[in-house]
Amino acid sequence: MDALLSITGVSVRFGGVNALADVGFDVPQGALLGLIGPNGAGKTTMMRAVTGMVRPQAGSILLDGAEISRLPTHRRVRLGLGLSQQIVRPFAGMTAAENVALAAGYAKTADPLRALATASRDAERERARTLLDLVGIADAADALPAELPLGYLKRVEVARALALDPKVLLLDEPLAGLNTGEAARLADTVVDLNRQGTTVVLIEHNLSEVMRVCRHLVVLDNGRKIGDGDPAVVMADPAVRDAYLGAAKEGSGKAGHAAA
Amino acid sequence: MYEISLLTVMSFSVIFALSLNLITGFCGQISLGHAAFYGIGAYSAALFTTDGGSFWLALPLAMAVAGFFGFIVGFASLRVRHDFLAITTMGVGFLFTGFVRQQDFLGGEEGIAGIPDPGIGQIPYMLLCAALAAAVIAFSLYLKRSWMGHAFDAIATDEDTARTLGIDVARYKLTAFVFGTALAGLAGALFAHYVKFVEVESFDFIESISVLAMVIVGGIGSVWGVVVAAAFLSVLPLLLQVFADFKLLIYGVLLFSVMYFAPGGIDSLMRMLWRRISGRRTAG
Repeated sequence: MDALLSITGVSVRFGGVNALADVGFDVPQGALLGLIGPNGAGKTTMMRAVTGMVRPQAGSILLDGAEISRLPTHRRVRLGLGLSQQIVRPFAGMTAAENVALAAGYAKTADPLRALATASRDAERERARTLLDLVGIADAADALPAELPLGYLKRVEVARALALDPKVLLLDEPLAGLNTGEAARLADTVVDLNRQGTTVVLIEHNLSEVMRVCRHLVVLDNGRKIGDGDPAVVMADPAVRDAYLGAAKEGSGKAGHAAA
Repeated sequence: MYEISLLTVMSFSVIFALSLNLITGFCGQISLGHAAFYGIGAYSAALFTTDGGSFWLALPLAMAVAGFFGFIVGFASLRVRHDFLAITTMGVGFLFTGFVRQQDFLGGEEGIAGIPDPGIGQIPYMLLCAALAAAVIAFSLYLKRSWMGHAFDAIATDEDTARTLGIDVARYKLTAFVFGTALAGLAGALFAHYVKFVEVESFDFIESISVLAMVIVGGIGSVWGVVVAAAFLSVLPLLLQVFADFKLLIYGVLLFSVMYFAPGGIDSLMRMLWRRISGRRTAG
């Protein structure tokens, strides 16, 4: 399979700290790739480098063959990145449906003057409702973010990213803060989306869900890549077990169980 | 006639306040130097017509010149945010007054007198200003509903997240500055040809704060709230001598009370009142 997203030699330094040191991996077309690692491993920094919120000092990022590492965030998004952030950031003054509709109107917001020329939001509202239904929160369409619990807001965030019709969906800890049932449901939704053709990069702490749904794992530790491949094989690697499970003792039981 | 004067002043004040509402209310970019663009419009229109130019051409010219400078100042909003943008735009305001004071071709401290009358009579001039104000109100209402308004709303709330939805924040901000400052220029041209005399004091920091007060008292981002506040606050000094004498003090008290008791301004007070009334009606 061709790599839809191809990352090579990405290094990010904050002051004297190496947040990412020469990290590279490929996300094949149609993959559901889990990007994992202990706290501070550089997962979110990698995500931010891909979306352009952080400028790497070195490295190359190809999306569908096009170099995007020097483009501003909005251009990368328009080339096919969809992003759901770790900390939910809904637009507070808009309802859940309006939040998603704004993203769904990406073709209309591409140019300010074209955006001024059109006012109809019917098609985008319709699409927003479909997507909210898809992530299982159709009932929250007309609610304001302040009225919704975290589990709902996480899914608004995912629906908003989906509304961009992304080639690659980047999900940064979409399951964090959700209870077991909610997490399993949202993980199942991600699997469904992936089956329907969306390539997904899932950054997650919830190892049992990652092991359950991902078919490919990339493991980071201290800004370096220490594992890349089939989940069972990667998790059996002593170096990964050491770094990952040594740093998060309480996760070891779950991981071992799921990998077995 | 006195009422005609009041309506004329009201009309260009509404345009001026809505022009700032577009930048600060819709797009969330604070400006403490907006009077500079009102001034740029007034001065360029005044120079043009005192030099024999047509009043009708002076209006689009004032918009173009103010919009051009607005475009340049808009770049500041791409570099700095929030309180830093407030200080930067305040600096722009001082730069304008400082520059004008030193320039002989702008009349320096004396200003420009003898601006020719548009020659259409007092009532038609009032009607022209009112029609333009109505057009700016309609434009504001439409813009708010359009996809541009939707994107402005996102940028005003959280510009980093707006970027992750593919919104080119820089171009939207520059557009807001160009539109807003061009409309301020239009208001300035109308003002100049109403008073027929421009001097730098009319466009100083106090004027920038006054127009910001109209937006805040009306309700930041609310079209009708700002229209009511601008219409009311612009003619109060003409109606009541007390208000003219204590303008700054009254603005200060007004700003403080709105921020403290009703941060949503007139707009939110009207909505609250409306809910009470309609609530009582359905209850009864």
